[in-house]
Amino acid sequence: MVEKTPILDTFTYVFLVLGIFIVGFPIIYSLIAATLPLEDVSKVPIPLIPGDQFMVNMKEAWTRGNLGTQIFNSFVMATGITIGKISISIIGAFSIVYFDYRLRVVAFASVFCTLMLPVEVRIMPTYEVAANVLGPLQALWDVLHLNTLVSWFVGHDFEMILNWSLLDSYTGLIMPLIASATCTFLFRQFFLTVPEELCEAAKMDGASPMTFFRKILFPLSKTNIAALVVIEFVYGYNQYLWPLLVTTNPDMTTAVIGLQDLIPQADDLPEWNVALAGALLVMLPPVLVVMSMQRWFVKGLIEKEK
Amino acid sequence: MIKRAYFKSSYLPYLLILPQVLITLTFFYWPALQGLIQSFLLSDPFGQSSKFVWFYNYLEIFRDPLYLKSIVTTVVFSLAVASVSISLGLFIATMANRALQATALVRTLLIWPYAVAPAISGILWLFLLHPSYGVVALGINTWFGAEWNPVLNGNDAMIMITMAASWKQISYNFVFFMAGLQAIPKSLIEAAAIDGASPFKRFWAITFPLLSPTFFFLSVMNIIYSFFETFGVIHTVTQGGPGGSTNILVYKVYQDGFVGLNLGSSSAQSVVLMSLIILITVLQFKYVEKKVQYTG
Repeated sequence: MVEKTPILDTFTYVFLVLGIFIVGFPIIYSLIAATLPLEDVSKVPIPLIPGDQFMVNMKEAWTRGNLGTQIFNSFVMATGITIGKISISIIGAFSIVYFDYRLRVVAFASVFCTLMLPVEVRIMPTYEVAANVLGPLQALWDVLHLNTLVSWFVGHDFEMILNWSLLDSYTGLIMPLIASATCTFLFRQFFLTVPEELCEAAKMDGASPMTFFRKILFPLSKTNIAALVVIEFVYGYNQYLWPLLVTTNPDMTTAVIGLQDLIPQADDLPEWNVALAGALLVMLPPVLVVMSMQRWFVKGLIEKEK
Repeated sequence: MIKRAYFKSSYLPYLLILPQVLITLTFFYWPALQGLIQSFLLSDPFGQSSKFVWFYNYLEIFRDPLYLKSIVTTVVFSLAVASVSISLGLFIATMANRALQATALVRTLLIWPYAVAPAISGILWLFLLHPSYGVVALGINTWFGAEWNPVLNGNDAMIMITMAASWKQISYNFVFFMAGLQAIPKSLIEAAAIDGASPFKRFWAITFPLLSPTFFFLSVMNIIYSFFETFGVIHTVTQGGPGGSTNILVYKVYQDGFVGLNLGSSSAQSVVLMSLIILITVLQFKYVEKKVQYTG
């Protein structure tokens, strides 16, 4: 670097290779184990030469774990969260940064209070809301005694019962996880760095707010959107607690949860080869997304800090 | 903050912010409020009747030795995960920053565990540390002469989930430290080198203090990660066992609420958890951010 330090340089590379090996070891070892037949994977340690059972194990994991359906569900959930969160956030941030209105500060504060609080801290009541998403409306209806009012108005007994359950549905998997301000915060930070002159020029040319958004702000945000796509896709795909609660039907659950059934328990055959083949298969989509969009991903992660 | 040039419209800004506000109200404020109310009520398991009991639920959880144990477990676990993953992430990033030719390659090789779900990381490590099939477990047994058994021994189980949870987080920390290291001006390092400071001295006197904002940010992020996102690791690997030795707070909320159906207690625990996170965040913004050094 600055001076010649041959010994230190050697150590650097040795430790670096060692570090990469330690980080990669669980995957390499699982990859080998996933290629072995049952009698080899039960040995400790397993033979380090890969076997020829990779496709067999994959197929077994695929059918036994119902992975086709579940990976599809994970995909729908991850995509839904990504698109929902980004589109809601970008227009929300646009409203907060580029408009002056009376409730602006209230809207801003109320959204940003949610910044650091994940769904896990309010898991029980959120579940109740998902079981009947119209519950809040029902409560409002009851508090205002609207039943009595309507009964009096129409002349006979009237009772309003609002019920819309999101359990075991894609909407239920997606919606509660969209309620987070991280993306809005990122877009707000970015919009604040956009030069004032752009908006002034657009206004002078008589552009309406939505034209300005569509023609100028949105194209400028493309790299930020790409970064958020990676981060939110990985976040959505890897969710655990929420899908565990909100889905009971095995055809609606996500792949990360479904894998649990493949893990050999104490009394089962130790079919680790199948379990690991399944695990590798399920982790593949987000890993591919991160690897292929590495540049935006790193940028996005770092920007989230600011 | 608002732009110098802004738009005026009587309905458009409300329309634009409406989806976000609606979703936040329905899935954040309403549940949070319900949780708060629920935590002051004592209800029977079937939800038929409930009674207002003031702070009974809170007093009860803080009198419960299992809850106190869970707090200790959570603190130990999150500190262990944060220190293991931050120190390894910093170490590898420092090394990678010295190996200037290979930085991009090293980053590619190290970044992908971030994309692995905590639950899957748990499965991989469960296989490596399984008392009868795990290769690392075999190594521990032969080299250290210990009786490694995470199924029976609480400490072993804690080590197992710490490894599974930290592994994935190393790459997250690596990315941040790498960015932090590359933002440090070369001239500072060179000036110190001319003054005769050795590479180690330079690291502790210049690089490390300049990385302190990244360091504190990552501490908070890692602690929050180990509070919540590690639920998947615990659920797949230990289910809180053996004997509650890996039963962290978020897992206890789930167990008491959804398995034990003790709504009042579970809500009180959620409220405590929420306050704890708010406290950490406020501390980070108010206190830590001012105390640490910033570059340029």
